[in-house]
Amino acid sequence: MSNNIYIYILVMAAVTYCIRLLPLTLIRKEIKNKYIRSFLYYVPYVTLAAMTFPAILTATANIWSAAVGFIAALILAYNRKSLITVSLVSCICVFLTELITGL
Amino acid sequence: MNRRDYFTAGIKDGIPICLGYIAVSFTFGIMAGNAGLSVWESVLISATNLTSAGQFAGLSLIASAASYVEMAVTQLIINLRYCLMSCALSQKFDSKVPFFHRLFVAYGVTDEIFGVSVSKSGKLSPFYSYGAISISAFGWIFGTLLGTVSGNILPARIVSALSVALYGMFIAIIIPPSRDNKVVAGIVIISMLMSLFFTKAPVLCNISSGFRIIILTLLIAGAAAVLFPVTDEEKEGTSNEQ
Repeated sequence: MSNNIYIYILVMAAVTYCIRLLPLTLIRKEIKNKYIRSFLYYVPYVTLAAMTFPAILTATANIWSAAVGFIAALILAYNRKSLITVSLVSCICVFLTELITGL
Repeated sequence: MNRRDYFTAGIKDGIPICLGYIAVSFTFGIMAGNAGLSVWESVLISATNLTSAGQFAGLSLIASAASYVEMAVTQLIINLRYCLMSCALSQKFDSKVPFFHRLFVAYGVTDEIFGVSVSKSGKLSPFYSYGAISISAFGWIFGTLLGTVSGNILPARIVSALSVALYGMFIAIIIPPSRDNKVVAGIVIISMLMSLFFTKAPVLCNISSGFRIIILTLLIAGAAAVLFPVTDEEKEGTSNEQ
């Protein structure tokens, strides 16, 4: 490594922080426009859904344990279980699937 | 609810984030160690960046002695999605929330903390964010430390199982509102299918995951806003009460 590690870290942190900070500090008033409000309302559903699928299928040791974890999470979430319940039971399902199948 | 209640609620919702972060940052720690970074350096990266994809990319740039400009541009591209999230989050805070709170909350705009924050109904208290950020950041830094120091202290099976924690949480955030609102349900399904398409289709599969999210968000949320603009009553009705 010929370059200074601390300058690298500073550049990484500064760029990332500015991206997060600018909209939060520049948009301080409530947006009145119906379409922009609607867009921002829909943003999380698109980002979170697109991040989850298909990425979840390759997150674990194999696609089968991931599929079991995914389906378990869908069923629990559909029944309005809490964040922590859905998350942990999904992890346990992956663990058990891998343990039982030995994959 | 007072400040302490909000903080506690944030901590509670942050527990699954913390667990998921330990699994991911543990892997980051191992890779940082392999790339020749000291424990202090890798922990410093995690503490100051608090982002997964950006840090992994940063690591490979550091290892290949890339230029500082290259580092800045890469981080900008990979993390640009936070800009959209911050825009959405800016509307969740009361316009009276003081400036300094925004400085601190901005530190913790990650995919996951954003997810739990927007799922709260009504206005967001910065103290809720502080609760969620503190436990999540703890998990992220602690996992990095473990990974760099130990190499492989956690059995592979545990890491594999914890890897779905964050996705499970995302599902818990988006599915309940999909039951109550057909438009949201349609958006969730279309987003997943489009994401699959972008991952598999030739040419499109070369788009980085960060940009894929940005493109899909602009397209799908943009189309939905034009076709199905929401009224404030609808918004309250579909918010996911935890």
